[in-house]
Amino acid sequence: MSGLLSEHVLSYIGRQSEPRREIATRRDIRKYAVATNNRQSKYLNGDVAPPLFHLHLFWEVVPLSELSPDGVSIDTLLPKFPLEKAMAGGLEITYHRPIKPGDWLTATRTLTDIYEKSGRSGALIFYEVLMEVRDDAGNPVVSEKTTRILR
Amino acid sequence: MTPAPTVGMAIPEREHGCDVVQQMLYNASLWNGHRIHFDTPYATEVEGYPGLVVAGPLIGDWLHQVVDEWLGEAGAITGISYSNRVAAFVGETITAGGTVTDFDPETGEVTIDVHVKNDRGEVLAPGVITARLEK
Repeated sequence: MSGLLSEHVLSYIGRQSEPRREIATRRDIRKYAVATNNRQSKYLNGDVAPPLFHLHLFWEVVPLSELSPDGVSIDTLLPKFPLEKAMAGGLEITYHRPIKPGDWLTATRTLTDIYEKSGRSGALIFYEVLMEVRDDAGNPVVSEKTTRILR
Repeated sequence: MTPAPTVGMAIPEREHGCDVVQQMLYNASLWNGHRIHFDTPYATEVEGYPGLVVAGPLIGDWLHQVVDEWLGEAGAITGISYSNRVAAFVGETITAGGTVTDFDPETGEVTIDVHVKNDRGEVLAPGVITARLEK
């Protein structure tokens, strides 16, 4: 391991966000379906949520005063990294069951890994965040692993 | 969904115009205030982009939709793995498509390589979707 990632930065691995509980509503599903150009009536009517609707449900809602100047909400799960330019990221999602209006769902995010690799143009930092969405009975609904790359 | 999947079969493509009103509604729906999606002077002069950037997760949604429309009521998506590699900009036309790479008639599990391309043929987001067909 080279010296890019300090003990302090690495100590963030395993950090977990406060669980957030939200309700899926028909109106929100309809808005999401319209905004994504969906053309299947079950989604446009809000009978069931399309895949990826959990992004809408659990995007951080923060006061305007807490947004950075470029309008981004700061992810409090993350340490201050020594590299800050975000490159492409990847997602791996498992859908355990569909989301329907009236579902109360709870999301917990965990910073599961931070590591570095050397790329063609220098060092890269990777980090992974796992988001688990469960229903009130504790059953899994969506599992999402995001990998982001910084250079 | 017709006909039944066979390995190597292309699923019907879908074009999306990257409309500015849609970008606004999509990012508002998420509560995403990132200026690169709606503030043209900021996106071009400060960040140096050629125009307003299409939200990455919206491109991810279009990967899902091209498969989900093909499945219709015959099945459901069980998972996806994809990455955003190249940005799309408001005003471009992008096309989502895919090819069946595996199908198990016993379990109904189908695997589809998916992509979104821009009108220059660049792959913006490649991925793999798994789905399960109702028996």
